[in-house]
Amino acid sequence: MRTRRRHRAIATMFAWAASLTIAFPLLWTLLTSFKTELEAVSFPPRFLSFDWTLANYRGILAEGDYLHSLVNSVIVAGGSSALVLALAIPAAWSMAFAPTHRTRGILLWMLSTKMLPPVGVFIPIFLFYRDWGLLDSRTGLVLLLAAANLPIAVWMLFSNFREVPGEILEASRMDGASLWQELVSVLAPLALPGIASTFFLVFTLAWNESFWTLNLVTTEATPLTAFIAAFSSPQGLFWARLSAASILSIVPVLLIGWLCQRQLVRGLTFGAVK
Amino acid sequence: MSGIVLEGVTKRFGDHLVTDAIDLVIPDGAFTVFVGPSGCGKTTLLRLIAGLEDIDSGRLLIDGVDAAQTSPAARGLAMVFQSYALYPHMTVRANLGFALKVARRPRAEIAERTEQVAEMLNLTPFLDRRPGALSGGQRQRVAIGRALVREPKAFLFDEPLSNLDAELRAQMRIEIRRLQQQLGITAIYVTHDQAEAMTMADRIVVFRDGRVEQAGSPGEIYRNPASRFVAGFIGSPRMNFLGGAIAAKHGAVTIGVRPEHLAIDPAGTISAAVQAIEYLGSDSFVHLGAQSGETLIARGVPDLDFRSGDTVQLRIAPGAVHRFDADDRAMPAPAPAPGANIFEETV
Ligand SMILES: Nc1ncnc2c1ncn2[C@@H]1O[C@H](COP(=O)(O)OP(=O)(O)OP(=O)(O)O)[C@@H](O)[C@H]1O
Ligand SMILES: [Mg+2]
Repeated sequence: MRTRRRHRAIATMFAWAASLTIAFPLLWTLLTSFKTELEAVSFPPRFLSFDWTLANYRGILAEGDYLHSLVNSVIVAGGSSALVLALAIPAAWSMAFAPTHRTRGILLWMLSTKMLPPVGVFIPIFLFYRDWGLLDSRTGLVLLLAAANLPIAVWMLFSNFREVPGEILEASRMDGASLWQELVSVLAPLALPGIASTFFLVFTLAWNESFWTLNLVTTEATPLTAFIAAFSSPQGLFWARLSAASILSIVPVLLIGWLCQRQLVRGLTFGAVK
Repeated sequence: MSGIVLEGVTKRFGDHLVTDAIDLVIPDGAFTVFVGPSGCGKTTLLRLIAGLEDIDSGRLLIDGVDAAQTSPAARGLAMVFQSYALYPHMTVRANLGFALKVARRPRAEIAERTEQVAEMLNLTPFLDRRPGALSGGQRQRVAIGRALVREPKAFLFDEPLSNLDAELRAQMRIEIRRLQQQLGITAIYVTHDQAEAMTMADRIVVFRDGRVEQAGSPGEIYRNPASRFVAGFIGSPRMNFLGGAIAAKHGAVTIGVRPEHLAIDPAGTISAAVQAIEYLGSDSFVHLGAQSGETLIARGVPDLDFRSGDTVQLRIAPGAVHRFDADDRAMPAPAPAPGANIFEETV
């Protein structure tokens, strides 16, 4: 009994230590965002005993670029994720429930496109986008990020859909459900946890994507990644404001993660078969 | 009422011929059982009829119309899956009503029909539960109810009872049969359990390696098996087979004798050693090793005044011999020679 309690205590300590280590950069950023620029770079660093200030946040929100970028980020990440799901759900459905002998090959091939570093195709894409007038446009980013994340989404949904017993879908077909009804009333609710986690992953990836968003966009379509990057270069380094900007750009993703979490953890397939 | 007719139905998976030019007529309103060993293509054939798989060649007629290109739903058949395949995210009520809902029936009709079917299957107390909160037998009944709701032209059952325990299975057999008779709807029922086939069927179709080995009423198949395979598959314990000299005396390569036609009788002419005795209360089976090497089973031995290891004499009941040729096909029963009893043999 006592040894068990001691084991628990040790395990708890380890868990806390590990979580704090992982979360440390984020927590430090959070603290820094409430410091003045001077205190932010002071050495030895102050932990909690500094003059807490909201000046950084106030400054950023006053400039107005933040809101502009936030709207762009929401449109680009949300739009590309929605597009990804619209394409990936039917694709994964057909691969999981009507596979052919080429399905494996196609899946691997799709994933192989992620093995190429994006820089490798930068020049051709840049030229295409220039000629098609897609540079510095949200549409351009939505299309590109959707294409970039599609393989991962198809792969994730494919493995998720394969957990859904095919006979349930066949039963709905026997019951007279159209393809659309089968997808919407049977597959989607059963695979909701998987669809939610796929959406969340793809959204986060698009939200944080900072190669294409920094290189294809200048003013009009700048998302938050470009907004943060802008803090770190021209007028020297402003650690405190940079931290505040970072925190402000994380908040929306945290919010979405929190909203999705019920779906992320819940499995519904129990009791379907046997 | 509907007629289902298969003409040369063939299906391949890659190089593997799963059903080989099957010709079959499923009688109207009758209970037809497909039976055969595992992997012989029963499920595949049922799925072909349901429209869940495409036929490679041949014709499938439902009510005289070629249905090969018709969608599963438009065929008007209902299927009960081995795994039940209930919608786990819907209540029993929604599960039962789903077919009517996608067919856009009026809400009042859906409610009425659902409740009617629930009543029929004693599911009323569970209407608002999800399948996860039901027992195996209750899930099974929901699966059957889902098929009933649509008032289908025919029921297709794929081993619906294999996940239930023996007692529940026996009970459900009767219940399924009762419902089917009450509604007069054609049913095709797949099983690999020959006892289930014998007890439920109006008509049995025995499959082997993607072909129809024999079709007929349970009695016909039991009394006149068309091949050694059918003879051995239908009936429990299985038929005894004897080759060699004794078969040659009957003018056959192999002869078969059912356990109930093999009597232990000092006047018998086949010597065999008793290996084991099974008492089942109402029945008893004696496992024997014939001198010629075959293992035999005799049923219903009246006075068991012998033990394992003893040597006894066996007698074949008159007229009970099934004869098989070199291809294991059944040979017609021979006309008994006048005055001679050819069924009394020596080994
Ligand atoms: N989708 C498929 N792809 C390839 N082969 C298949 C497929 N489905 C079934 N088969 C093969 O077809 C044969 C018949 O299968 P089927 O499921 O119809 O057998 P069954 O008679 O229902 O057997 P059981 O009694 O075990 O259910 C088997 O050899 C099986 O391996
Ligand atoms: Mg089967």
